[in-house]
Amino acid sequence: MDLKDKIVSSYLAFEDHLDDNSPLHDIRNQAIKTFEEKGFPTKKEEAWKYTSLKSILNQDYSVFPKQENALEYRDVKKYFIHDIDSYKIVFVDGRYSSHLSQTTHDGIDVCLMSSALSKPKYRIVIENYFNKAATKDSLSSLNTAFAGEGAYIHIRKNKLVEKPIQILHFCSGNESALMLQPRNLIVVDENAHVQIIERHQSLTDNPVLTNSVTEIFANKRAIVDYYKVQNDRETASLIDNTFISQKQESHCSVHTFSFGGKLTRNNLNFFQKGERIDSTLKGVTIIGNKQHVDHNTLVHHIEPNCESHQDYKGIFGDNATGVFNGKVVVEKEAQKANAFQANNNILISDKASINTKPQLEIFADDVKCSHGCTIGQLDESAMFYMRSRGIPEKEAKALLMYAFSNNVLSSVKIPEIKQRITKIIANKLGVNIGFDL
Amino acid sequence: MLKINNLHASVEDKSILRGINLEVKPGEVHAIMGPNGSGKSTLASVIAGKEEYEVDKGEILLEGENIDELAAEERAHKGIFLSFQYPVEIPGVSVTNFIKTAINETRKAKGLEDMPANEMLKLIREKSELLEIDRKFLSRSLNEGFSGGEKKRNEIFQMAMLEPKLAILDETDSGLDIDALRIVANGVNKLKSKDNAVIVITHYQRLLDYIVPDFVHVLHNGRIVKSGPKELAHELEEKGYDWIKEEVNA
Ligand SMILES: Nc1ncnc2c1ncn2[C@@H]1O[C@H](COP(=O)(O)OP(=O)(O)OP(=O)(O)O)[C@@H](O)[C@H]1O
Ligand SMILES: [Mg+2]
Repeated sequence: MDLKDKIVSSYLAFEDHLDDNSPLHDIRNQAIKTFEEKGFPTKKEEAWKYTSLKSILNQDYSVFPKQENALEYRDVKKYFIHDIDSYKIVFVDGRYSSHLSQTTHDGIDVCLMSSALSKPKYRIVIENYFNKAATKDSLSSLNTAFAGEGAYIHIRKNKLVEKPIQILHFCSGNESALMLQPRNLIVVDENAHVQIIERHQSLTDNPVLTNSVTEIFANKRAIVDYYKVQNDRETASLIDNTFISQKQESHCSVHTFSFGGKLTRNNLNFFQKGERIDSTLKGVTIIGNKQHVDHNTLVHHIEPNCESHQDYKGIFGDNATGVFNGKVVVEKEAQKANAFQANNNILISDKASINTKPQLEIFADDVKCSHGCTIGQLDESAMFYMRSRGIPEKEAKALLMYAFSNNVLSSVKIPEIKQRITKIIANKLGVNIGFDL
Repeated sequence: MLKINNLHASVEDKSILRGINLEVKPGEVHAIMGPNGSGKSTLASVIAGKEEYEVDKGEILLEGENIDELAAEERAHKGIFLSFQYPVEIPGVSVTNFIKTAINETRKAKGLEDMPANEMLKLIREKSELLEIDRKFLSRSLNEGFSGGEKKRNEIFQMAMLEPKLAILDETDSGLDIDALRIVANGVNKLKSKDNAVIVITHYQRLLDYIVPDFVHVLHNGRIVKSGPKELAHELEEKGYDWIKEEVNA
């Protein structure tokens, strides 16, 4: 049985346990139908031209883990940003781990999707927001059909959440191959501010395929800063579908740091539903071996006077492959839009490759749009300059690559994350750099 | 200190240096002059270890040791410093971080610990004052957006920090105004001792009034075609290179 058939038939079993009166019932049924019709995307589809899922779909994934698997904090501590006080929502093999988590209902809800979906007091929020931003593509639909667990975060009006929230998805390795469908919902009310860190981490080399959907709603003047740390084992693959719906004067930023994983696809979508919105999409990708990272972004400028800033840097070694497909749509009403997009790449091996494609669809006439892609090697004259001052080749390379990704890190607002990412980069480049950039 | 014997070098099969002989002893200052394209910067790069250039024949000895097989950084660790004719911009790395890295990597190569932070700071302060460099300048990205003169001054600042045995200054004077020229030359002179040596590549006598050479060499078509005392520089300034070219061709 191929994976699609297996998934569809397990849906029937899954659906049996669910409450027929839930508002989600129809949504799920519709979603599985969509997935059944469309199936997994193939390279024939324009948006998947450079990313083939073939190599990761041939595993015999468990769609539901058979047992609950506990982890000890000391074994996974290193995956947390542990030098800051934070809320934590932690999952092991797709199930909530209460003893690793630190949730709250004190003025804000930092808790679980499963309880939000089942408890009446969350019903209104669920009805207003659940699946309202996600598109009805096949992978998001697949997630919607099975949506059961993940983070549920609701920040009330004017609330400034000082502690960042960490969402961690661990995979214990107790299943020989596991497929996960985490579903996160984040609602940030008027004038509230929240910072979120998300990470997926597999603890063994057993294959994992995560198909995650995160919906974020930033209401009027809300500020949301989201950090995705993608540094998983090279047997784990991630399809991240993130949908951000912004209301007027809100500011949302997503930083995606992609260093690990076998195949990573980031579908990052911003919808600007109000005036004077600011959207920021930044990413640093540093991969090697046979890793593959695909950034597929969309910024939809719908209303006037909004800005978007995209800045993605990639460094590709060995046989690694990268894709950047950045789509910006500026509707006719979205006058005075300011849309900036940059994608700069360095190939440090002859066998590495990157496909980069900006896609601008502009229907308004009074807009400022700029985009630029570069693909280059490390600057030889800079290398010689540095080496002639006594900096060895390896360190010189690292310093150049560091400097290259520097401006993406400069907008990270949590110093501990910056340090962590700096360390990962140094590690990745195999050097010890004795200063912060 | 430096001995070059019959050095031939080429790039992409194009021969540029065609038999250079040069000996520089500790405490000496040598000036190399010569028309555009004669191979001055190439010679400097070959000594500093730029891999793009192929050494086809001959040898370069530093304190008796053949450095042909050494990488650029290893030559730097042995005390060779090249002040670039065109310093390279390195966005995202500040002057301070760059020089710290260069110093500590050099120390590491010699088996020394990193320089303590306070000592480093003191050294940076001292040398930036010597070259009259504003402290704010040091936190800017290396060479990015620097004016021509600022770049050159910054090269000599790095030289002052690294205290090389053999400094090669490739047209450090070009782009400097009169005051800057004096400051830079003064910096170079302060670093001079009986144990180190300087090779000055220049088109102008002006710099040599400040950094007075013991020898002047004329490079033409990849060869040193004439050497003489410092007065030779005056003669070149007055008469140009044609008479030398004629001498060579005769
Ligand atoms: N990387 C290279 N590739 C091709 N040709 C080169 C390269 N480097 C140097 N050359 C050539 O070698 C010759 C010598 O160049 P070089 O830069 O050494 O001259 P120079 O004496 O320093 O001149 P200038 O006074 O203009 O600085 C020139 O003809 C130059 O074009
Ligand atoms: Mg030159």
